[in-house]
Amino acid sequence: MRNRSVLRKSLAILGLMVTTPVAAQVEVDVVGGISEPLTIAIPPMPTPAAQATAAGSTDELGLQLAEIVANDLRNSGLFKPPAPSSLRAPSFDQVTAPDFGYWGGSGASALVQGFVRANGDGTLTVGCYLYDVFARTELTRQGFVVPPSDWRRAAHKCADTVYTRLSGEGPYFDSRIVYVSETGPKNRRIKRLAIMDQDGANHRFLTNGQSIVLTPRFAPNQQQIVYMSYVNDQPSLYVYDLGSGRQRRLVSGVQLTFAPRVSPNGQWVLFSMAQSGNTDLYRVSINGGSPQRLTDSAGIDTGGSYSPDGSRIVFESDRGGTQQLYVMNADGSNQQRISFGGGRYATPVWSPRGDLIAFTKLGGSFQIGIMSPSGGGEKLLTEAWGDEGPSWSPNGRVLTFFRAGQGSAKADLWSVDLTGVNERRIPTPLDGSDPSWGPLRP
Amino acid sequence: MATTTTKLILAAALVATAGCAKKRPDVLPPAPGGTEQVDPNAGQTGAVGTGVVPGSREDFMRSVSSDTVRFGLDMYDIDAEARAILDTQAQWLQRYPNVRITIEGHCDERGTREYNLALGDRRANAAKNYLAARGIDAGRITTISYGKERPAALGSDEASYAQNRRAVTVTIG
Repeated sequence: MRNRSVLRKSLAILGLMVTTPVAAQVEVDVVGGISEPLTIAIPPMPTPAAQATAAGSTDELGLQLAEIVANDLRNSGLFKPPAPSSLRAPSFDQVTAPDFGYWGGSGASALVQGFVRANGDGTLTVGCYLYDVFARTELTRQGFVVPPSDWRRAAHKCADTVYTRLSGEGPYFDSRIVYVSETGPKNRRIKRLAIMDQDGANHRFLTNGQSIVLTPRFAPNQQQIVYMSYVNDQPSLYVYDLGSGRQRRLVSGVQLTFAPRVSPNGQWVLFSMAQSGNTDLYRVSINGGSPQRLTDSAGIDTGGSYSPDGSRIVFESDRGGTQQLYVMNADGSNQQRISFGGGRYATPVWSPRGDLIAFTKLGGSFQIGIMSPSGGGEKLLTEAWGDEGPSWSPNGRVLTFFRAGQGSAKADLWSVDLTGVNERRIPTPLDGSDPSWGPLRP
Repeated sequence: MATTTTKLILAAALVATAGCAKKRPDVLPPAPGGTEQVDPNAGQTGAVGTGVVPGSREDFMRSVSSDTVRFGLDMYDIDAEARAILDTQAQWLQRYPNVRITIEGHCDERGTREYNLALGDRRANAAKNYLAARGIDAGRITTISYGKERPAALGSDEASYAQNRRAVTVTIG
């Protein structure tokens, strides 16, 4: 993996500095995070025939699609796309036969062209073509047929195609984030579940704010969200079904249940339950039933998260005096402490790639950090007064988290690349906390 | 939310006590002027001359040294100061064996959300266990942890944090 990354880096340098028509050499470095972002031109996408659709006229959609692709790629930190509206739009015929002479003089190393077409059955087709400007070659192409309501997803899929081809990393733009929308004074904060695309679009509220809601987490099937609610003054876990809008309690009884995470196969919910002042880890079928106890220590065991193959669990415990990270087998056996740096460690979450664990480090400030599952290679990615609760992008390249304000109720959603660069705020209508990044959409 | 809950609890306590008063007509004074109109709170014993309903939330607040005990950073032990406060709560609860209570556990904001839910639960249970050891039936006591969701003091400073690390006893009639 490491060697491959070095290769990519050298390719990136070659691609930026040498013009040779032999092969595609446009690559971006995703490991160092220090190279200059790649200049990529994404002009407005033409349509073969302007036609009104439920998503708007196809000749207007072309610019919006290009802007979404450009925005996704810019947000990744690896690309520098000029504003699509400032670029010369190709004709429909030029989409598959770019004017390389023109683009070669534009300063762009890569070119994304596409088209949008309204189909007879009411769907839209969006074509997406990636070119190496210097090599004058097509690198990849994809077509997406979507209902008009999903027109933005076609742009995200196009951006994922470009990102994947040029970085060698998995896609992540066509995904959603569920989080807690916050408003009101600090001692009477109103908290509502909300869901949006990863770029902040298509935002909607899922609960009405009458009860405090906390820590929503996506299930791998995209259809269910497990979260904690104070409904009826009985803080407990619930499962929200996105299709029906219905929710049901996950675990019956009066005990406090919280800190849920769904297993990678979608069958189990790992969670914490407090009984008589002691908190341990349990698992329960996502359909409910009797919980099975996984830990039995006198300390607080919480924040459990499965490894992507489901065989292991990382969690936090203060059994040794302060909050530290532990790894165990999925059945609770072989519990081993993995964090040994100064300070306290909390909210561990296993990367979908399996190679890293992200956490909140508590010292004078709250910071987001990463380490290997064996505890090595600790690296802190952010530096602020109140960063908490990381959640991985579907490709394990980016983390979202929330940043609480000092001396105020303020809280915002942020993201950061796992190299620690490209920290940026995710726009939300109100304040936000407890983000959970969902899987890549099919 | 906390305020609303308190008001509802107070209303419930008043209703409950009014119900009790009807079963003890002998403590009521003669109806003034021979009418049926009576002030349901008039002449009640307990907090004499204040109009406070015995066994009510208001009576509790006037009778105990505090409804709130505080904790050190990441701590949940009941120290001497907390014991003194809980002793007055236990005395009052022994006088009104029909009153049930909820103990709310709270934390400061310098802990992570999930850990604080567990820590708030620890604090509420520490207070509950102390009252139980003082002879209060544990079945009368429920607990709820609010973690760092409902601070009492709004600052991001040590003085505010000290106020927010707390367990609050709320009567529920």
